Amino acid sequence: MPAFLASVSSREGMVNAVLAGLLLAAPLIAFTLDEPFYISLATRVAILALAGVGLNLALGYGGMVSFGHAAFFGLGGYVAGIAAFHAFDGSDFIVWPLTLGGTDQLLIIWPLTVLVVAVVAFAIGVISLRTSGVYFIMITLAFAQMIYYLAISIPTYGGEDGLAIYLRNQLPLGDSNDPLTFFFVCYGMLLLALFVSSRLVASPFGVALQCARMNEVRLATMGIAPFPVKLTAFVISGVITGIAGALFADLNGFVGPSMLSWHRSGEIMIFVILGGVGRLFGPLAGAALFILLESLIGGMTDRWQLFLGAILLGVVLFARGGLIGLLAGRARHD
Amino acid sequence: MSVAFLIEQLLNGVQFGVMLFLMAAGLTLVFGVMGLINLAHGSLFMLGAFFCSWIAGITGSFWLGLGGGFLAAAAAGALIEMLVIRRLYDRDHLDQVLATFALILIFSELVRWVFGDQPLYLDIPPLLSGALPLPGGGGYPVYRFAIILAGLATALGLYLLIAKTRLGMRIRAGESDREMIGALGVDIRTLYTAVFALGAALAGFAGGMVGALQSVQVGMGEPVLILAFVVIVIGGIGSVKGALIGSVLVGLTDTLGRVFLPQVFKLVLPASEATAVGSALASVAIYLLMAVILAWRPKGLFPVNA
Repeated sequence: MPAFLASVSSREGMVNAVLAGLLLAAPLIAFTLDEPFYISLATRVAILALAGVGLNLALGYGGMVSFGHAAFFGLGGYVAGIAAFHAFDGSDFIVWPLTLGGTDQLLIIWPLTVLVVAVVAFAIGVISLRTSGVYFIMITLAFAQMIYYLAISIPTYGGEDGLAIYLRNQLPLGDSNDPLTFFFVCYGMLLLALFVSSRLVASPFGVALQCARMNEVRLATMGIAPFPVKLTAFVISGVITGIAGALFADLNGFVGPSMLSWHRSGEIMIFVILGGVGRLFGPLAGAALFILLESLIGGMTDRWQLFLGAILLGVVLFARGGLIGLLAGRARHD
Repeated sequence: MSVAFLIEQLLNGVQFGVMLFLMAAGLTLVFGVMGLINLAHGSLFMLGAFFCSWIAGITGSFWLGLGGGFLAAAAAGALIEMLVIRRLYDRDHLDQVLATFALILIFSELVRWVFGDQPLYLDIPPLLSGALPLPGGGGYPVYRFAIILAGLATALGLYLLIAKTRLGMRIRAGESDREMIGALGVDIRTLYTAVFALGAALAGFAGGMVGALQSVQVGMGEPVLILAFVVIVIGGIGSVKGALIGSVLVGLTDTLGRVFLPQVFKLVLPASEATAVGSALASVAIYLLMAVILAWRPKGLFPVNA
């Protein structure tokens, strides 16, 4: 069993391994059956689960209920979209003080995403973390809404209509336009993020973070200031979600304000809650279940939202601890 | 820019604010008393609007419709409180968010099922059509003015209810210490159902009145819901006074920003761009207001139990 699965109970480790295996198997089977739709569906699951892994770090381990993670998701998307836009028509992004053109190289776009999202997440975090509880929920929402309206107001980058990415951004090795290759890229990113999360959570930093969630005063008494710990976790959380956004924009060949809307924040939050808050693989379980239900019920009836709502309600009322809680028992701590 | 225009826009801002207050009052009461975040509050607003225009369409009477919308929202509120919401009081906010989000999906789809996909329209009642003259020329629609009066009357009624009646006393007691009033023999379950139904009824009332100003369609509640949340956070969660002041502040900021920001930008930008940038910034203005207020006073303007 890989090291990062061993940080949880053996039963949860099993469940996690099975989940990771299923997500890997699904597109391979779809590929042999020549069903490209399901490859793209599995890629969606991987990307949205990645966004959830990011949020889970803040929400699950740090207790920071951010209702504004769509801001980071959308920003990541816009970095990919804007870089591709300038690369496509050969124009410059900045002309002064230095000339900066667009690029279609993912290996440049991703670090750029990390940089941009980290700066924005830091700014939002510094102000938002002054508040707590419901006020924190709402102030993060407020910042996300600001960025949403900002995106609408820039006509160069499509305004309300969004921006099309005509050619998927490129990798040095392998063809990112090939659905299976792109799935592996996203899947690899998801595993990497899960690995980083598990290492972070097990580190002294992660212990401090979880202590900040349970009892901030106690953490402070032990000589660790909670604020920097929470802020760092918030920024890392935003960056992971931002990378997911960049991948999502490339998957769809499109980035628009809808990636920044509060529905998206809610959806990412639902993945995390549905899967199990503060459980390493919770976001993957949640995203997979949500997207499967959406496409399954959506295929059977136009009234799919009704059934999706009823199922969500059932999960909250009767399956506390989310899907992972249901499959692997309650978390060891808490 | 004439004086009449300025007055008209000020009144529009107040009207919008008062409408937000009807939504925010219910949200803030439910949060203050029961500690519940109710995302489905916008659905109750939508239900009020649909029932109002449906009943008004059948009977031909706006007033019957408004009463019907009020009652339908109250009944729906009481029903979901007893079936679902009740189980969420001792859960954390995350479970509440997810469960009430599920309720939004269910309500939206049910309404679409029952009333169809086409938006409904509601006519302004003859009694309230026409315009009031404004100083400096021009006129202001009587109907919008009536909404302002109705909202202010509701605010006054709510104040009297909470400050002067037995039910209000229990609501206030429930805000300060719910275990204790349970121990003193107050039937806390019925009280919670009543508070929730009251909040729902106010939302339905707001929905019914707004139905005559905009088309009645699925999803109309959500933008208002977000703004109502902004309002209660600005005002201080649980404070009805804060909700009133917060709503008028948000209503004025939004309306005046939409009118004047594009004009300000026209001084420096070409007209088409100025309109786009100005109106986008106007949408940001409310959230900017909220961020500034929260950074300054992290528990809102009128913190409860501070």
